[in-house]
Amino acid sequence: MSTEALRIVWIYPDLLSTYGDRGNLLILARRAALRGIPVETYSVRSDQPMPSTADIYLIGGGEDGPQALAAQRLINDGGLHRAVNQGASVLAICAGYQLFGHSFFAKGAKCPGLGLLDLHSDRGETRAVGELRGDIDPRLGLPPLSGFENHGGRTHLGPGANPLARVTAGIGNDGQTEGAWAGKILGTYSHGPALARNPAIADLLLRWAIGADSLALVDDTWTERLRAERLAAAGA
Amino acid sequence: MPLRAKVATSVSKTAAALSRAAGRGDGSVIGGWIGLKIDPELLSHLATGRAIALVSGTNGKTTTTRLAAAALGVLGPVATNSFGANMPTGHTSALAKAGQTPFAVLEVDEHYLPRVIDETRPRVVALLNLSRDQLDRAKEVAMMAQLWRTALAGHPDVNVVANADDPMVVWAAYGSQKVTWFSAGQRWQDDSWVCPESGDPIERANGDWWCTGCPLRRPIPQWRVEDEGVIDPRGDWHLVKLQLPGTVNLGNAATALAVAAEFGVRPIEALPRLSTVTSIAGRYAQVDRDGRNIRLLLAKNPASWLEAFDMAEQAPTLLSINARDPDGFDTSWLYDVDFAPLYGRPVLITGERAYDLAVRLEVNGIPFQHVSTFDEALRTVPPGRLEVIANYTAFQDIRAELDRVN
Repeated sequence: MSTEALRIVWIYPDLLSTYGDRGNLLILARRAALRGIPVETYSVRSDQPMPSTADIYLIGGGEDGPQALAAQRLINDGGLHRAVNQGASVLAICAGYQLFGHSFFAKGAKCPGLGLLDLHSDRGETRAVGELRGDIDPRLGLPPLSGFENHGGRTHLGPGANPLARVTAGIGNDGQTEGAWAGKILGTYSHGPALARNPAIADLLLRWAIGADSLALVDDTWTERLRAERLAAAGA
Repeated sequence: MPLRAKVATSVSKTAAALSRAAGRGDGSVIGGWIGLKIDPELLSHLATGRAIALVSGTNGKTTTTRLAAAALGVLGPVATNSFGANMPTGHTSALAKAGQTPFAVLEVDEHYLPRVIDETRPRVVALLNLSRDQLDRAKEVAMMAQLWRTALAGHPDVNVVANADDPMVVWAAYGSQKVTWFSAGQRWQDDSWVCPESGDPIERANGDWWCTGCPLRRPIPQWRVEDEGVIDPRGDWHLVKLQLPGTVNLGNAATALAVAAEFGVRPIEALPRLSTVTSIAGRYAQVDRDGRNIRLLLAKNPASWLEAFDMAEQAPTLLSINARDPDGFDTSWLYDVDFAPLYGRPVLITGERAYDLAVRLEVNGIPFQHVSTFDEALRTVPPGRLEVIANYTAFQDIRAELDRVN
């Protein structure tokens, strides 16, 4: 950890916060606080410099225009690249996930991405909207992914990125795999407050950030009820 | 009216009556649907000869429509879609059912506003606000503003009455040259931090707002809320006595007065009529049952949740959430709402998506109790006021438990 408190940055909420993306920041902060880990959170607007010394970075979903603008500003700024190279953890959602790759499509044009995940995205023939469920890469040791997806993109992984999950309901990247991970970067199409249904992913980000193998258990009674309900609703 | 339109009108009214008689609905959609099948231009025909006001926006349109219709009643009979059926089928039903009236006030779904302007050729269009609402299918806010702006530019004769406090509405209203501005406040600001004209950040201070990169800024409103009343364009303050709760409804009343003024109705004439409006299709309705005074508040999206918290008293509060088709299937918006105003009130939760709400409230640090049914909620709270805040279909479910209270 770079300072005494765990530092969490929410990237460009003015551009990429289409639907409840703030939830991930709130959930991470709460689950850290429950373990007695002091937390500082920062919402960094697109007209502000991106700090490179935080521990966890969150980036959310958005429409085509803001997505392309966010990618351009992050490339020009360079702070996020430095942070990742220094070992920061990242959760990238939906449009934010796409722009971590080499390229993505926005407003009919191919746009350069950050190149921090070995993948590229293009347009699918149909929009993927609905419940999403998948079995997460066993190397991460997490229970199944549950989410709600709403995107028109399809994402193709290169050899440098691992699928986050095998899809058991919904579309994800391409109907087969969903999301990606490499190093301490996680990307997913599970949109909005993805961590609400996936507290184990929140805890993984916290463990990566503080370098711990495990964290104290917290009362997840309601979260487990929600997960059971949504995993059943997704079928498959 | 052409013969085909006459037949369509007659069949439409019959179908609506049958629907009501059969207990299948309130008849506010089916009649219009059949009428439009027979005569696709029926809405146009029915609108001819009436002076019409359209009311659109993400929130407050049902209430504002009801208030504006009450105010216009000073001048004569007013046709209106008071059941909130706000698409062309609902407009057609409402006009067919009302028969010949000199006036009509119609609530219009945001997406349909351009089409309904084309077909009804209104005298006045009132634009309330634009915020996120069911993004798993709705157009994003900026696209909606563009849609409105283009539509208004095509109808330079329409008088626009628009909310000066919402940057997206102001930009949309500038499609027109004839705008009267009102100030109804903007509690929800998270959809208008980026200028729709230039893409630069919008700054706010002390109720004012301006773009940091272009000339777009808050116009000076002719109508505004002050204390418990409304100031009119001449600078006169009028006490507004409403049976509807909250400062939000004061803003809706100001809007209704501004709309009525476009037809020549003075505030002093309209105000007594506004005070007769109680509940609208169950919204704000109060029901006494088992010693509990239940009040129903509808909250469909983040902006209207904030307004509901403002209206509700410091009393036991039941929150109910569904995610059926009319609600949107996605519950992510729960994290756009800060539930902190509920802190200190006994909170109960129910509905088909109560678990989503449970997790959200836990993150918000709000203690709550889960109940399986509305009856269980009633048994759980002590005698006295029970505030009920619910999203669309959850609201209808509870309304059904209360004998479809209006």
